[in-house]
Amino acid sequence: MSAAENSFARNIVESGQRAAARSNTSAGTETHAATFRIWRGAGPTGQLQDYSTSVSEGMVVLDAIHQIQAEGATDLAVRWNCKAGKCGSCSAEINGMPRLMCMTRLSELDLQKPVTVEPMRAFPAVKDLVTDVASNFRAKKRIRKFTPRAPDAPDGTWRMGQADADRVQEFRKCIECFLCQDVCHVLRDHQLHEQFVGPRLLVHAAQLEMHPLDILDRTDELKENHGIGYCNITKCCTKVCPEHITITDNAIIPLKERVVDKHFDPLGKLVRLVRGKSARGGRREAGGGKRGAGSGGAKL
Amino acid sequence: MAEYQRHEHDVLVIGAGGAGLRAAIEAAHGGASVGLVCKSLLGKAHTVMAEGGVAAALANVDDRDNWKVHFADTMRGGQYLNNWRMAELHAKEAPDRVNELEALGAVFDRTDDGRILQRNFGGHKYPRLAHVGDRTGLEIIRTLQDHAVYQPIDVHMECTIVSLLKDGNRIAGALGYDRDRGRFKVFVAKAVVLATGGIGRAFSVTSNSWEYTGDGHALAYNAGAALQDMEFVQFHPTGMVWPPSVRGILVTEGVRGEGGILVNKEGRRFMFDDIPENYRGQTADNEEEGWRYTQGDKNARRPPELLTRDHVARAIMKEVREGRGSPHGGVFLDISWISSKLSGAEEHIKKKLPSMYHQFKQLADIDITKEPMEVGPTTHYVMGGIRVDGDTQMSSVPGLFAAGEVGAGLHGANRLGGNSLSDLLVFGMRAGKYAAEFAGRQSSPRVDLQQADAIVRTALEPFDRRDGGEGPYQVEHDLQTMMQELVGIVRREDEMRRALDGLKALKERARKVSVTGNREYNPGWHTALDLQNLLTVSEIVARAALERKESRGGHFRDDFPEKDPAYGKFNIVVKRGSNGEMLVVREPIPEMRDDLKRIIEENK
Repeated sequence: MSAAENSFARNIVESGQRAAARSNTSAGTETHAATFRIWRGAGPTGQLQDYSTSVSEGMVVLDAIHQIQAEGATDLAVRWNCKAGKCGSCSAEINGMPRLMCMTRLSELDLQKPVTVEPMRAFPAVKDLVTDVASNFRAKKRIRKFTPRAPDAPDGTWRMGQADADRVQEFRKCIECFLCQDVCHVLRDHQLHEQFVGPRLLVHAAQLEMHPLDILDRTDELKENHGIGYCNITKCCTKVCPEHITITDNAIIPLKERVVDKHFDPLGKLVRLVRGKSARGGRREAGGGKRGAGSGGAKL
Repeated sequence: MAEYQRHEHDVLVIGAGGAGLRAAIEAAHGGASVGLVCKSLLGKAHTVMAEGGVAAALANVDDRDNWKVHFADTMRGGQYLNNWRMAELHAKEAPDRVNELEALGAVFDRTDDGRILQRNFGGHKYPRLAHVGDRTGLEIIRTLQDHAVYQPIDVHMECTIVSLLKDGNRIAGALGYDRDRGRFKVFVAKAVVLATGGIGRAFSVTSNSWEYTGDGHALAYNAGAALQDMEFVQFHPTGMVWPPSVRGILVTEGVRGEGGILVNKEGRRFMFDDIPENYRGQTADNEEEGWRYTQGDKNARRPPELLTRDHVARAIMKEVREGRGSPHGGVFLDISWISSKLSGAEEHIKKKLPSMYHQFKQLADIDITKEPMEVGPTTHYVMGGIRVDGDTQMSSVPGLFAAGEVGAGLHGANRLGGNSLSDLLVFGMRAGKYAAEFAGRQSSPRVDLQQADAIVRTALEPFDRRDGGEGPYQVEHDLQTMMQELVGIVRREDEMRRALDGLKALKERARKVSVTGNREYNPGWHTALDLQNLLTVSEIVARAALERKESRGGHFRDDFPEKDPAYGKFNIVVKRGSNGEMLVVREPIPEMRDDLKRIIEENK
């Protein structure tokens, strides 16, 4: 074995010792009690209830919830699926912050005090940590669906540049956890679920509007039906997004600008009148090279 | 007689991952009225977790690729136990299924000339996986979901099916309950498509979500349908092992592809110790050559860390069993060592493996650019499932179809990465199409509500045992631990016999579990019901694994470590006998068509 390999082996052995040590220290497999103050209730009525359970290193809030279930609160209702931050099921308010339970490590929280776990308050309560998020599914149906231009190639396929793909892929990362909807004051405080589709659905609309292949213009319905005007850009949605989608700046503001361009810009209106077609449609034709890397924002 | 909410559909699809959504869309397209049932909210199914890509011979990156090469690759990967008709259809139709996703709004990564980009993956001869970074599954499920909601499909979210209903021999629908209120529902349907995914929750270490309790496998078995290949469970070699909360979460093969090495606690790179004879010619025999391969040297051979998944997983288990494992029962996967080879290695790792860097940083407090990871095998996929007709996806029960992971045949003894997403598109579409056609030829079935009443009574029993009975979570936990130990990655006759005894005892305990609270969104009750399916599926896996006295693909027998050609001529089929007993039979694999044989020869 060469000298280099020797030192490599030593590193690994030391790493192993460190890993073993991690699990033996006070923060490791040695467990200690922590209190979780969990919302229990059916429908709108309920109360916070304290549960003590032993926690160890590396646990996330969802682990503690599962442990509390197994230790006796067998009917404690909670949604979860992948436990890897990919499905967006386990949204809750942890110490008042909208977060995914599966991605919130206990080591980030002050365990000297009870950890409060509540359901998303913007939505009607079902039971315990489970809420009725059906309004989000209904809202999506109200947005007109993806409608592509005719295929670019005789074999029925399309061409687009990676830069154009990148722009909408940011929005398509969304895991539909609805934390942005939960934190939006229009929905949370004013309960305008039927008038305002909310940040998640505006991200959905943005990916449709900026989709390199889509040919519909949803500007009118964003203003008239989806209530985009209700958003006053407080950016709370962007702050809580676990996928780090720049919701306000990249999705909502560009959509708002389109609405302004079309409905409140007199010069643009005149141009459209003279040219006999929507300025946006005209630009679309001019930007026939939407597929190219240089055509970023052609649909804006 | 109990009161039921009653829903009537031509086609009822159970499961709303990629396969279920694709089937529902196709059935609706065929003019059928469609009901779509899922245990979770729409769009949360396990498909979201698929990362690498969807395999289809588009030939966008390498124009030598075509369906024949894909067919031959899939058959070789499955060690020729595959349903060759399904492997043929899959290879031929996958490109169209991927292209049509684009017509529905999917945005794949692009080639320089603007077409769908494809990447290399294990077992695929050419770059074949269409992908969106490392979140291809999410892209596919969202695309299908956002299309399906505009179709005439009734979606029943958060609804669990507890039994299929039959009218004589034919399918008549299903009985389920809504999870939020606990009300029972009768679905009357002329055809049913099962698209319920896999069985990973039968094991303690798994990359699978809670939904993977083998529901469809058990529903079909109880309804009299035949299952096959259930001994073949894929254990991915590298899942996280520490901290306990993340045990089983996948660590991508890409880490090894970038030069990551596997070492035991002594610091020994043990993968060089045992390279299988048939791979010796194409595997590096020294560290230097292996390193050059990962850096793109086309003359170098691949390092032994990149051998097939089943082999790497077993090698890791061997180290652990013989006391050379890492502190938490895995081995070390080290990418940080490349700093001795590359300047700027830290930035290089972060750029090439961003999600792995964040996954370990966020969940394990480990900086993979500086420290090795601890990894071990994790239950990932079941190749086996419902035995179906290759063209129509209909099972041995008239009107009962299956698609996706719950179906069997395409993958044989071992699945290639990327072939599951294409599987669910190709056969989801076929199942939906043929289910709608089948429904079109049928009159409305008769549903026997007394049959339903009996099922409901059994389902509610855990509430009647409020005092004294054990809770369901402990039984589930013990089942998972036992299956992991005794019917896991390395199997032996005596251990599996012990598992069968253990299953008998666990069934007794499961019959006595009690739950508290009421029927509204009660996870304890839900677990008590899911447990029945897990027990059924676990027994099927154990009995099939006992019957296959050889090692092949995902099935490794310590007592029969070699492949036996005699076992390459049949599939092991499990079905329910007329007295409720479990029958295990060998079904010969039909002779392959000559043209397909020639394709395999040409691609040897």
